[in-house]
Amino acid sequence: MNTNGNIYTVIYSTVLVVLVAAILAFVAMSLQGKQNENIKRETISKLLGAASQVDSTFVIEEDADILGLYAENIKDAFFVDGTGEKVGKMDTGKENKNSIQVTSTSDLKKQNDILKKIEDGEGDRISELALPVYVFDINGNEVTVIPCYGAGLWGPIWGYLAIDSDGSTIDGAIFDHKGETPGLGSKIADKPFYGKFHGKTFNLDGEKVFTVAKPNAITEPEHSVDAISGATITSQALGNSINLWAKYYKPYLAKAAAAFKAEAAAADSTATGIAAPAAEIAGIK
Amino acid sequence: MSDINYKELLLKPIFKGNPVTVLVLGICSSLAVTVQMKGACVMALSVIVVTGLSSFVASLLRNTIPNRIRIIVQLVVVSLMVILVDQILKAYAYSVSKTLSVYVGLIITNCIVMGRIEAFALGNKPIPSLLDGLANGAGYGLILVVVAFFREILGSGTLFGMRIIPQSFYDAGYMDNGLIILPPMALILLGIIIWIQRSFQKDLQEK
Repeated sequence: MNTNGNIYTVIYSTVLVVLVAAILAFVAMSLQGKQNENIKRETISKLLGAASQVDSTFVIEEDADILGLYAENIKDAFFVDGTGEKVGKMDTGKENKNSIQVTSTSDLKKQNDILKKIEDGEGDRISELALPVYVFDINGNEVTVIPCYGAGLWGPIWGYLAIDSDGSTIDGAIFDHKGETPGLGSKIADKPFYGKFHGKTFNLDGEKVFTVAKPNAITEPEHSVDAISGATITSQALGNSINLWAKYYKPYLAKAAAAFKAEAAAADSTATGIAAPAAEIAGIK
Repeated sequence: MSDINYKELLLKPIFKGNPVTVLVLGICSSLAVTVQMKGACVMALSVIVVTGLSSFVASLLRNTIPNRIRIIVQLVVVSLMVILVDQILKAYAYSVSKTLSVYVGLIITNCIVMGRIEAFALGNKPIPSLLDGLANGAGYGLILVVVAFFREILGSGTLFGMRIIPQSFYDAGYMDNGLIILPPMALILLGIIIWIQRSFQKDLQEK
């Protein structure tokens, strides 16, 4: 047979490509569940990683049961809209750790698209937002973990910020990226960089909530971290995405901080309430 | 071709005709994924599987492939294998597949794979082609593992993530060599391996 004819070549390549596509589609579909499971597990370990930075004694072992650890330390997980109202709940896995729900990066991307549209002036979309909030209780410290997402230099970058119960102090942070330049932008995922976020605060009244910039461009050191040399675009993109996301979390963070304060005050008064009779008893004796 | 010397077919690519140290192919990935033994071993296995299977499939198809699009057909076969390997790693060895990141996908452009198909599989029967592919992948993998061995033990003091250099050494002032974790030192290590090999095999030396 003439294997060099035009018709043969066209038919051959078509059949080959269709066949290969079919094989790949089949394999991709049959492995999808397992892969999604891995991605979910990674998101959970990132959430825990950010929250655990509040307490240096809380160490996550490499071979730890991530799902169990999450279910143990999570207090609540839900969605809020742009006004700080709860609009939905996520399964925290208290009953069954295999049913834990977390938002994937593609969910974050959808939210990011809505955020961008609001920024472009389509303000009526604010109620469409469903921003995920994870409240952890790490050895008695209440930490709220909120994500951020944005476009880096080569692909998406995203991260999780652990916010203290005062609604503005950053207890921890963790970032990840799809494909930033190795050795430069990829350093956002390394501890020397994200470790710098611990102890910084959000500037909730200012125009910019948080800044990632070079040292001589930083005016408010408590609301900023040093950018990565040689990775200007990734650093700026990270700063911008934190800003954009934090802006729409502000209403929720303010409410949560107020509620926490009220709760703490109430707890104080009941504590004294209990203490008083005890003192009386002691006095009688 | 019944006169194939199977012993040479299997051993030549590992030592005398090693694709990395003699043909100097596949350098990019051997610099990138040899920081740790675990990644290097998985990468080596992946390349062995890809070279073997794609040589096998290309050899099965060799009489039907239209000559004018033969490179494209080879590429399709190689990509199929690479994506299969990538998908399986993502499902069953997620953390390793994250450290290998793009380098698994880049096996497609690894010259060893295409080179063996073009040079051997298209002119030989499937079984010898399979063995040739496996042996070449193993030759590549051997270098990868050797380089990774030195880089991990000197750079991090560990092997497969387990501590090898005892803590007392560190207490006595020993420090891990941070430079060896960077790709340039991998190139120097590779150069040393080529040097050693050439000093034993004089016929490899250029006059």
